[in-house]
Amino acid sequence: MLTIIFDGVAYGMLLFVLACGLSVTLGLMNFINLAHGAFAMAGGYCTVVLVNRLGVPFALGLPIAFLLTAILGGLFERTLYVHVYARPHLDQVLFTIGLVFMAVAATDYTMGSSQQFVQIPEALQGQYNVFGVGMSKYRLLIIVVCGFLTVALQLLLTRTRFGSRLRAAVDDQRVARGLGINVGAVFGITFAFGSGLAGLGGALGAEILGLDPTFPLKYMIYFLIVVTVGGTSSITGPFLASILLGLGDVAGKYYVPRLGAFVIYTIMIVVLLWRPQGLFARSTVR
Amino acid sequence: MGPVADDVSSYLKRRARWSPFEIAFWVFAFASIWLFPGKHLILTETAILALFALSLDLILGYAGIISLGQAAFFGLAGYCAGLLAKYGLVTEPVLALLVSGVAAAILGFVTSFLVLRGSDLTRLMVTLGVSLMLGELANRFSDITGGADGLQGVEVEPILGRFRFDMFGHNGYTYSLIVLFVCFLIVRRIVYSPFGLSLRAIKGNALRSAAVGIPVKWRLVAIYTIAAFFAGIAGALLTQTTAFCSLDVLSLDRSADLLLVLIIGGTGYLYGGLIGAVIYKFLQDWIATLTPQYWQFWIGLVLVVIVLIGRERFESWITAIRLGLAGFASRLISRPATLGAGEGP
Repeated sequence: MLTIIFDGVAYGMLLFVLACGLSVTLGLMNFINLAHGAFAMAGGYCTVVLVNRLGVPFALGLPIAFLLTAILGGLFERTLYVHVYARPHLDQVLFTIGLVFMAVAATDYTMGSSQQFVQIPEALQGQYNVFGVGMSKYRLLIIVVCGFLTVALQLLLTRTRFGSRLRAAVDDQRVARGLGINVGAVFGITFAFGSGLAGLGGALGAEILGLDPTFPLKYMIYFLIVVTVGGTSSITGPFLASILLGLGDVAGKYYVPRLGAFVIYTIMIVVLLWRPQGLFARSTVR
Repeated sequence: MGPVADDVSSYLKRRARWSPFEIAFWVFAFASIWLFPGKHLILTETAILALFALSLDLILGYAGIISLGQAAFFGLAGYCAGLLAKYGLVTEPVLALLVSGVAAAILGFVTSFLVLRGSDLTRLMVTLGVSLMLGELANRFSDITGGADGLQGVEVEPILGRFRFDMFGHNGYTYSLIVLFVCFLIVRRIVYSPFGLSLRAIKGNALRSAAVGIPVKWRLVAIYTIAAFFAGIAGALLTQTTAFCSLDVLSLDRSADLLLVLIIGGTGYLYGGLIGAVIYKFLQDWIATLTPQYWQFWIGLVLVVIVLIGRERFESWITAIRLGLAGFASRLISRPATLGAGEGP
């Protein structure tokens, strides 16, 4: 029971790191980015190449994966995504699905279609036993890293100048522009940062989520659940939604393996029926 | 009725009249049964895809609902038709087609209430979620559906007890084409009816439509259910013509490809889905012969490029081509002597 909670929390934390970039970009530009998972996959494959083939230590591989995906994200944002912001949602969906298809096929072409594993240092394998609860070291690492990131993000958003600019832009883009905030630049940086986080999540999660070319398609729905259930206006909403989703998914797969992922889809539909704007959305009216 | 109402009704009747282009299109479609006997298998797929696209166009092009889960109805009816035939519950294909369509329509009716809530994103999520949920169910209950191996042992009886499905798909194609044509006629009737016009009004501005007395919610529920029915017919048709049904009928790729089909052909226009399906199938066939494994990349590229060029601009090209063709077709019709020469292989 406790092990399930532990695994669920680790899984949820991971989902949060993967999806929080998406929730910010969605809230900021009202842009539906289905290709978010592609950046996560890029981060995962970066780590695989760095750690397995080039022999870079795992602890160094993660920040490099973060940086590389952030650069990749920023590049895509400036060259391609900027043209699509003002378009209707249908165009955004088509565009990002197109990107996903291209990412899937390109990864298949360059890396092969088989599942990839990151070599984890031996210090992180095995598990601790605390009061009869088996805790895998790797999952503990994930909880620590992701917990740290969550706190850092929260501080970044609430305590720094950039954070207040970002929140202002999310709340009301026009007024923020009027106050001299360069919303385009804020958005570009946030997009790059969010992609970087997704890349980091993909790198960390390769062990738990599995990493193969269909990753962006497989986890698209999870990211979207986090974002729709959690709402897009804060960090805490998606965070709680991720934890809930992680717990629900792990517990569902453990107790009713026959139904599998069915459990979380049901949770999602019930939540959306009950609160169409998301479980933790602020009750602001625009 | 006052003079204005008379004006309106005569205008609408004029709009709903069959144009020479449409007649030429269907003459050519039915002529393809004899013109391309070697291509019947791919033509069957095209006809099914066209019907499927038509169903999505009803909700996307006419009612303005973005859906990523039209495959749910396609797949449900596909499995339904497969199971009906496998266990001999309804053996006559046409009847089984209708039963499967109704099953999909019931699912559409139930899920429509979910879809009508919230924003575009929520709709996207819920439609995607419903189709993934069904996919998961079909995967888990493999004793009924065959799971990842697909539904084996589907034996489809002859159509109307008379026309057997042959190996080369000749009867299958004729059957699919007739079903497509009948469904098209029904959809055409719906679209040009006052009901169809009210849908366009809702797409234009839901608030104002409600203000002039259109029951927005129920109209949307109705069209979503109707679209689910036609998607179901398409799915059942696929199962019947291939005598097989696999998890792939419920996949996200299917819904996403469908959006591409509709975008190629143009939305909110009855022939958009049909023309899009033809172009898409030929494109896919051509790319698949070039790179069998990675054709998805090029499909993705096409999507990205279409959006970057601008869907409106793209659609205006299609319209230009269409008008050109229509002019061509009407010239052909007015000079019947050249008809045979124009359509020869």
